[in-house]
Amino acid sequence: MSKTNKPHSMTETHTHYCPGCTHGIIHRLVGDAIDALGIEERTIGVAPVGCSVLAYNYFNLDMTVAAHGRAPAVATGLKRANPESIVFAYQGDGDLASIGMAEAVHAAARNENITIIFVNNAVYGMTGGQMAPTSLPGQLTQTSPNGRDVDLCGLPVKVCEMLSQLDGPAYIARVAANSPKNVIAAKRAIEKAFRNQVEGKGFSLVEVLSSCPTNWGKSPKDALKWMDSTMIPYYPLGVYKDTSRREIDS
Amino acid sequence: MKEQKNTTQQVLIAGFGGQGVLFLGKLIAHAGVLLGKNVTWLPSYGPEMRGGTANCAVILSDEPIGSPIVSEPDVLIAMNLPSLTAYQPRVCAGGEIIYDASLVHESPAREDVTVRALPATRLATEAGMDGLSNMILLGAFLSDCLHLTQEQLRQALEHTVPAHKAHLIEANLHAIAIGKHELALAGQNATVRTERPRRAG
Amino acid sequence: MQETILMKGNEALAEAAILAGCRHYFGYPITPQTEIGAYLSKRMPEVGGVFLQAESEIAAIHMVYGASCAGKRAMTSSSSPGISLKSEGLSYLAGSDLPALVVNVQRAGPGLGGIQPSQSDYMQATRGGGHGDFRNIVLAPASVQEMASLTQRGFDLADEYRMTAMILSDGTIGQMMEQVTLETPVPKLVEKPWALTGTGGKREKNIVTSLYLSPKELEEKNLTRFARYKLVEERETDYEAFCMEDAEICLIAYGISARVSRNAVSAARAKGIRAGMIRPITLWPFPSAALKQAAKTVKHFLSVEMSMGQMMTDIELAVRCTRPVTLVSHVGGVIPTPEEVLLAIERAAEEAAV
Repeated sequence: MSKTNKPHSMTETHTHYCPGCTHGIIHRLVGDAIDALGIEERTIGVAPVGCSVLAYNYFNLDMTVAAHGRAPAVATGLKRANPESIVFAYQGDGDLASIGMAEAVHAAARNENITIIFVNNAVYGMTGGQMAPTSLPGQLTQTSPNGRDVDLCGLPVKVCEMLSQLDGPAYIARVAANSPKNVIAAKRAIEKAFRNQVEGKGFSLVEVLSSCPTNWGKSPKDALKWMDSTMIPYYPLGVYKDTSRREIDS
Repeated sequence: MKEQKNTTQQVLIAGFGGQGVLFLGKLIAHAGVLLGKNVTWLPSYGPEMRGGTANCAVILSDEPIGSPIVSEPDVLIAMNLPSLTAYQPRVCAGGEIIYDASLVHESPAREDVTVRALPATRLATEAGMDGLSNMILLGAFLSDCLHLTQEQLRQALEHTVPAHKAHLIEANLHAIAIGKHELALAGQNATVRTERPRRAG
Repeated sequence: MQETILMKGNEALAEAAILAGCRHYFGYPITPQTEIGAYLSKRMPEVGGVFLQAESEIAAIHMVYGASCAGKRAMTSSSSPGISLKSEGLSYLAGSDLPALVVNVQRAGPGLGGIQPSQSDYMQATRGGGHGDFRNIVLAPASVQEMASLTQRGFDLADEYRMTAMILSDGTIGQMMEQVTLETPVPKLVEKPWALTGTGGKREKNIVTSLYLSPKELEEKNLTRFARYKLVEERETDYEAFCMEDAEICLIAYGISARVSRNAVSAARAKGIRAGMIRPITLWPFPSAALKQAAKTVKHFLSVEMSMGQMMTDIELAVRCTRPVTLVSHVGGVIPTPEEVLLAIERAAEEAAV
């Protein structure tokens, strides 16, 4: 295996993700943030159930795998047991916005001093492309073969908009991993979400819009385009809540 | 079980929630500990925190205690009519029923038990100690069924009364004394005293 | 501190957990075990520990999972419906070989059931209580003293064997007050080199997971775990024998049922009936060897339980159906009386005499 220029906090292992999937980029941004802050030796990661269930193979960190949706609770236990450690959960949309909604909302409400990287690709990837809580209206999936019918199964969950209504969390932002410009913004947001924890500011969640060419039935290139044309307009990018900014303003 | 009766005393205390039923039981339990007895205290529990029915079972014994459940009490302390009605048939022959005659205007039907009727609620009100009718009934219990020195009684109260209510210990002692005194007035023989219902106005 | 004090079972359990070095409690309110959370919400801050009321029983047990990952003694407590919710966590704790203490102060079921005492979670507790092949060490206190002492033993066993220890109590033992002597044990602290504490730059990364996608590897994991369970069965099985020297009628009962049965055995003895009791202190591992041994002289077994024969199955397995086993039970929150247990003993004695 050739030595790459990967962050120190990551292993040399090749990821198992499909061609065109942006999980790899997002992993890399997490690794960069951990390196930049010099926290690798005290960082503990919590992998979800979903495509990134094997994330522990790709990080050079102490890691565990939570039951489906329970990563924020596991992260809470880890952080409360050892407040000096830096704890992050890496979750997908089915994991966080469907089965694990209660755990995510209450960790945010408690302003639990943890970092959550929430990867939203609008589909259940690992199980083969079923409708997710974040699938767009009309989106074709295995379990919405005629497109998501909003009369039948309601409208998508907008996690950042929802969590930013809570008084608890410190930082809520949505970014995308589909273009160099957006990736640079994503890198900044993810680093901030970790720095907030180092500085004891509290719950920080970065939603990263991600592509899933395989389950969207698109080429990698078209998938990135679809993100621009359809996904980002539905899920606007930006900072939804930042208590540190409020401190600066006042 | 009859065999254990010599060394075992089973007490059932029942009334409305909020009358201090559980507290009364705890105090007897703590007294039992001070007398070197094995003790169990078992409350009824449920959604009726206030106003519903409450009861607790206390067992004091020189032997190890098996079941903490009291189905045939040696002593019944009844603080309202439903409790007296429900539990008096279960009292052991030769046992004792102590009840609040201010609230219960029917005499127990049993003739094979000692009956102590104290107008506990009225006595408490007259003494300016509303809410301590349970301690007045305890006075009767201590006179008849469990003999404690004044020092032991104080200790039992200190163990039972929560720290933020420690200032009420003297009032509790006073109420207990009233109960004992009332019983002494009634004479040493078992008596049945019922009060006629007072008409309002 | 060796003073004998009067305490509720739930509170004695909570204080014993602190004395055993537990500093991490996560729970969700449910009757009849709420005193545990209420007590620890006051005590944990006093000892620098963590009390956190979780958003659900599910979240609570996964918080325990997290704290246990970090190498800390952690616990949760609940009652029957809440334990069903925790069954997911029980399975993940087992699959990840994490120690934990879980308390079930049983109430009657199924469903919302009632809030009065019950023993109807016997199968759920002794068979693992979640998906997959696994066991919990199940400890059954029959007194307030044992609520304390078995909690402390539970933490030690959980750490030693890297598994969940479950206190299977009931509403009566949890709610009653009794004398208790709270010991300050020296916890058997074991090294936890697997814990997630951050690599500190000094070691390879640790991974705690229950995921093994290779069947061979997963089978190996399961077999290793069951080899450890075998050790638990050999070393940790515990029971109390009461009046068993010459017993012909043997009652098997745990928890509150054992308290009732003790009265019944004494009463039967007073009537000249050779009755005795084997009281399992560990329900898993079940004291099967002791029962098998007893079956050589005992003529009739009675399973006194507040469930519909769940424990009776284990008795029949233990004695290989060589002796009759009769169920003496109440369910729904009803507690058997000593008198009716005595009646069952008398019937069994008559049959045995024929």
